[in-house]
Amino acid sequence: MMKYLYYPGCSLKGTGKAYEESLLAVFRALDVELREIEDWNCCGATAYMSVEESKSYALASRNLAIAERENLDVVAPCSACYLVLNKTQKSLQEHPDIRRHVTQALKAAGLDYKGTARVRHPLDVLINDVGLEEIARRIKSPLQGRKFAPYYGCQIVRPYASFDDQYNPETMDKIIKAAGAECVPYPLKTHCCGGSLTGTLPEIGLRLAYIIIKEAKKRGAEAIVTLCPLCQFNLDGYQGQIAGKYERVDLPVLYFTQVLGLAMGLPAGELGLQRGIISAAAVLAGR
Amino acid sequence: MALEQKIKYEAERDRDFAQWVVTQTGGENLRHCIQCGICSATCPLALYMDYTPRRLINLAREGFKKEVLSSFTIWLCASCYACRVDCPKKIQVTDIMYVLKRRAIRDGVYPRRFPIPVLAREFGRMVFTWGRVNETLLVIDLFLRTNWFRFLSMTGLGLNLMRTGRMSFFPDSIRRRLELRKVLAALESKDEFRDWAGPVAQLLDEEVEP
Repeated sequence: MMKYLYYPGCSLKGTGKAYEESLLAVFRALDVELREIEDWNCCGATAYMSVEESKSYALASRNLAIAERENLDVVAPCSACYLVLNKTQKSLQEHPDIRRHVTQALKAAGLDYKGTARVRHPLDVLINDVGLEEIARRIKSPLQGRKFAPYYGCQIVRPYASFDDQYNPETMDKIIKAAGAECVPYPLKTHCCGGSLTGTLPEIGLRLAYIIIKEAKKRGAEAIVTLCPLCQFNLDGYQGQIAGKYERVDLPVLYFTQVLGLAMGLPAGELGLQRGIISAAAVLAGR
Repeated sequence: MALEQKIKYEAERDRDFAQWVVTQTGGENLRHCIQCGICSATCPLALYMDYTPRRLINLAREGFKKEVLSSFTIWLCASCYACRVDCPKKIQVTDIMYVLKRRAIRDGVYPRRFPIPVLAREFGRMVFTWGRVNETLLVIDLFLRTNWFRFLSMTGLGLNLMRTGRMSFFPDSIRRRLELRKVLAALESKDEFRDWAGPVAQLLDEEVEP
C-alpha cells in the first residue's frame, strides 16, 4: 500500500472542507494512505511570505522538520501551501545564510531539519505514482458527455513546474478525461483568480474572478474544475457579488477530486458536493 | 491641487538603494533588465498599478527609492509569478516585490490603511498566536480594521458559507504553540522590522502548553 504524509493547510480545514473530504475519500478508495502530519502549522501562504523573509521559511520548515521524522513524501493539496513549502525547500538548498538562520531557529525549539522532505501535489501522485491505467480500472460510472473547464490557477505550476508544463499544464485534464468527461479548450487555465484581492480590493478581485468564470461558460463548460481552495472559494463564493456587478453566470466550481470520486462511484455526500455555494445539481443529474 | 514635480533629476537618485536591492535574495538580476515590458504585459494587475512592473523595475534599479517604496504597485502584486516565469532575463520580479514590501514596512512608508498590508499584518499575528489561520476570523478582522461598512455587503456570502458548513468562529490552534513561537522569536533580530508582527516577548510568557 502506498503511504504519504498529508499536509492539509488551513483552508482545507475551513472554507475548502470539500477538497479535504473528496481527496481523502478518493485516496482511500484507491488504497493510498494519507496520514495527517502531527501538529502541523500554517505554511504562511503569500501573505506572510511576502512580508517576513527568514521567519516565513522557519514557519514552513517546522512542518518539514516534523514530516522528515517519518521519511515519507508530503502531499500538499493547496496551491499556496504547495508553493510555500517547495519554495522554502529550494531557498534552504540555494542560500546557505537562510539555511543557517532557519536551522538555528528550529534548534531554539528543539527541532532539527536535515532538508530531506519531499513535497508533492496530489495530481503528481495520481498521475506518476498511482498511474492513469490504475485510475481507469477504478472508474465505475464515467461522467459521459459532461464538459468541464480545467482551471489550474497560478501557484501550482509557477514558478516551479515540477510535474507539469508551466504554460499548458495537462495533468488535471488527464484526470478529467479518465473520469469520462470532456475538457473544453480553455486558454485561461493558469490565469490569476485574484487571490486574496477579492477580500482586500473587491473592485479588482471580482473582475479577475469574473473573467475566469465568464470564459468557461462561453466555452461551453458545465462546471469549472479546480485544484486550489482559494480559487474555488473566489470563483464559487463570489458569484453572487459578480452577478450584482457584471452578470449572472451560475457555474458550479468543483475540485478535481470530486469529479474523480463521482466517476469512481463514491457517494456525492462523501465528496462534499453539497458544500458548493453554486449548486452542482445539474452536473449530478441522473446520478 | 497639490503641485508635484513631474521630472526627476539624476541628483535625486539614491544609488545605494539599487545596490541594496541587488544584494537581497531574489534581487540579484535586477540590473539585467532590458525593459522589454513582458512583465507588464503578462501582469493581471498592471492596469491598476501606479507604476507597471516594467517601470517599477526601472525606477528601482535607477535608485528612485521614494517612488518605489511608496507605490501601490508592490502591494497590488498578487504573487501569480507570471512575470517571473516569462522574464527573458530571469529577473525574479515577484521576489523583488517582496524585497520592496519589506523595506517599505521597515522604513514605515507603506500605506497604513490600505487593506493589503493590513491583511498581511493580521495574518502574521494570527499565525503567531494560534499557529493556524481561521479564514472567517481573519476576514472579519480585516473588514473591521479597514472598511466595516463593506462588512454589511458580505452578509450574503457569510450566510452561504454557513449554510454549506464552511465557516467557523473558533480559532484553530496547534498543540505546541510555544514551540512555534520559540522558532519565530529566534528570528526576531534577523528580520528587519520588529514591531510589525506584534509583541513577541509578551506572548512567550503566556502559559500555552496544554
